[in-house]
Amino acid sequence: MSDIAQARGIRRVVRATLGRAYPRIIGANRERSWLFYDTILPLLGTIAFVYVYKALGAPDRFVGYVIMGGATMAFWMNVMWNMAAQFYWDKQGGNLELYMVLPCGIVPILLGMSFGGFVGTLVRAVAIIVIGSVLFHVTYTITQLPLFLLIFGVGIIALYGLGVTFASVFLMWGREAWHMAELFMEPVFLASGFYFPVRALGFWVGMGTSIIPLTLALDAMRQLLFPESHPALLPVRVELTALVGLAVLFIFVARQSLRKMEYLARREGRLSLRF
Amino acid sequence: MSNLAIATQDLVRTYRTRKSAGNPSGAPVVALDGVTLDIPPGEFFGLLGPNGAGKTTFIKVLVTLLLPTSGSARVAGFDVVGQAQQVRERISMVSGGEHSGYGLLTVREQLWMFSQFYGMPTQTALARIDELLRVVGLYEERNRRVSALSSGMRQKMNMVRGLLPDPEILFLDEPTVGLDVEAARDVRAYIKEWIHATPGRTILLTTHYMHEAEELCDRVAIIHKGRIVACDTPAALRRRTAGGTYFVLTTEPLDGTAWVSQVPGVQRADARASDGRTELRLQLADDGVIAGVVKALADRERRIFSLQKIEPSLEDVFVQIVGRRLEEADEGGRA
Ligand SMILES: Nc1ncnc2c1ncn2[C@@H]1O[C@H](COP(=O)(O)OP(=O)(O)O)[C@@H](O)[C@H]1O
Ligand SMILES: [Mg+2]
Repeated sequence: MSDIAQARGIRRVVRATLGRAYPRIIGANRERSWLFYDTILPLLGTIAFVYVYKALGAPDRFVGYVIMGGATMAFWMNVMWNMAAQFYWDKQGGNLELYMVLPCGIVPILLGMSFGGFVGTLVRAVAIIVIGSVLFHVTYTITQLPLFLLIFGVGIIALYGLGVTFASVFLMWGREAWHMAELFMEPVFLASGFYFPVRALGFWVGMGTSIIPLTLALDAMRQLLFPESHPALLPVRVELTALVGLAVLFIFVARQSLRKMEYLARREGRLSLRF
Repeated sequence: MSNLAIATQDLVRTYRTRKSAGNPSGAPVVALDGVTLDIPPGEFFGLLGPNGAGKTTFIKVLVTLLLPTSGSARVAGFDVVGQAQQVRERISMVSGGEHSGYGLLTVREQLWMFSQFYGMPTQTALARIDELLRVVGLYEERNRRVSALSSGMRQKMNMVRGLLPDPEILFLDEPTVGLDVEAARDVRAYIKEWIHATPGRTILLTTHYMHEAEELCDRVAIIHKGRIVACDTPAALRRRTAGGTYFVLTTEPLDGTAWVSQVPGVQRADARASDGRTELRLQLADDGVIAGVVKALADRERRIFSLQKIEPSLEDVFVQIVGRRLEEADEGGRA
């Protein structure tokens, strides 16, 4: 075999993951315009809601709610739009064929895509929180930071699991599936409490929208941020347990849909481009 | 069997298709129709055929991108269906006109990214990337964005990508397609250089350029409608054509050819007069016979203006086997 040093196993998975994350992180920040498109624009939407609440005479904590929601929404957008679009372009450009025959397999590629998307979005989310909080003098008192981070982490893992599933389903079933998913997801997304406590729509709607992992994550994080005043959907511990369940479920489904995609691609030649 | 680099047995691959203008019946397309090939390690093997002949499908089956419909294929001794992982550890693939990677990255960053997919330590990887970039003459462009490269530069970068993991078997699917003459020549030169620098590596190259197969390959198979219709060294393929090699000789005017036909070993002689010269077209039993012809001319005190040995090209071979010229034989498939 080759004399060139090449790791295998877990080290190769880690390297490959970081390799694939690199263009998502570096590339996405190379054009300075991201600061405008990815931070200022979402912030404008968020600010609109802030003024709605202010006009309605809502308590100040709602401003904090909205900013938190805006920041979290950046992750949702990243998963819904960028993951599937990225994967689709990987196919169109011929990267996918190369990725599928890599010795490390396709999993690190999707891990890298997710990780890169997450880091890129984290920068944007932090920018939204900082700018928004400075503008509207919001202060947060995080009561249990480790728990808060744990909830955030599990929520993100579940979310990106969902993202990988979407990405591979879109790839197999094309644009129609994409539009179907949008149609289905949009109302769920609107009702899932990015800009208001999800409890506001009633317990059962809240439970329904909890299929989006961010719903529960956001509700739990808000409980920790605004301990006195937040109308919780469920107790934090219950929400965390449910999130762990969602994360396991979505990762399993993601793995299965990737396998299925790989198999269909090999059997039917459906991912072939040039012929 | 297992010490062959590539071995296929009755390999068949069909595609299910929808009904379309080009395929009104919606019948499955048979892209590979029973391909049996053995390629020993270290060989530079060419698969020559028109568009739609099944070249890309063949490569895709071998690199584990497509499952065979029937038959079997082994690469580096491993089965492409049951041992795909072992195959993947030993190969890489470069296609013509591919737009792999990400335009936002620089050439060096992009190649580093690919090196990570093979688990290469960064220092080793960067050293190797720089070395290979120098070989293909792209070192000066290493910090340029991929999106700013010309198609020739891009393909050189793709070649570097393919060579990064130092594969045992390298698959090149029409690597010079769409390149200008000079860039194509460069790419061929680097391929040859790599083969010389790392003996023992096997290359399977597909092409629909005769001269490319002729220039690079130890052995060539002609594929037509998913079948291998001929397979041999370029020289042997040429020899096999009717007519074979012949000589063209121009001399001072001669009258008649009867005397040439009497030279032992001359199988056929045609003469044509023009511009006060005679052009002789000779078919000989073997190359040595020409000495007798030259001597016979000297005996008649005729000066020789020129002497040329003409060998049939692969193009001639192709026409003879397939019945059409290569460019005319495109089989309705997209390139
Ligand atoms: N994914 C596919 N779906 C349906 N038909 C295909 C597909 N890929 C190739 N074909 C058909 O299979 C035949 C062989 O194609 P290909 O292997 O690409 O040939 P080549 O590379 O020699 O041009 C052609 O008729 C082509 O139209
Ligand atoms: Mg082809």
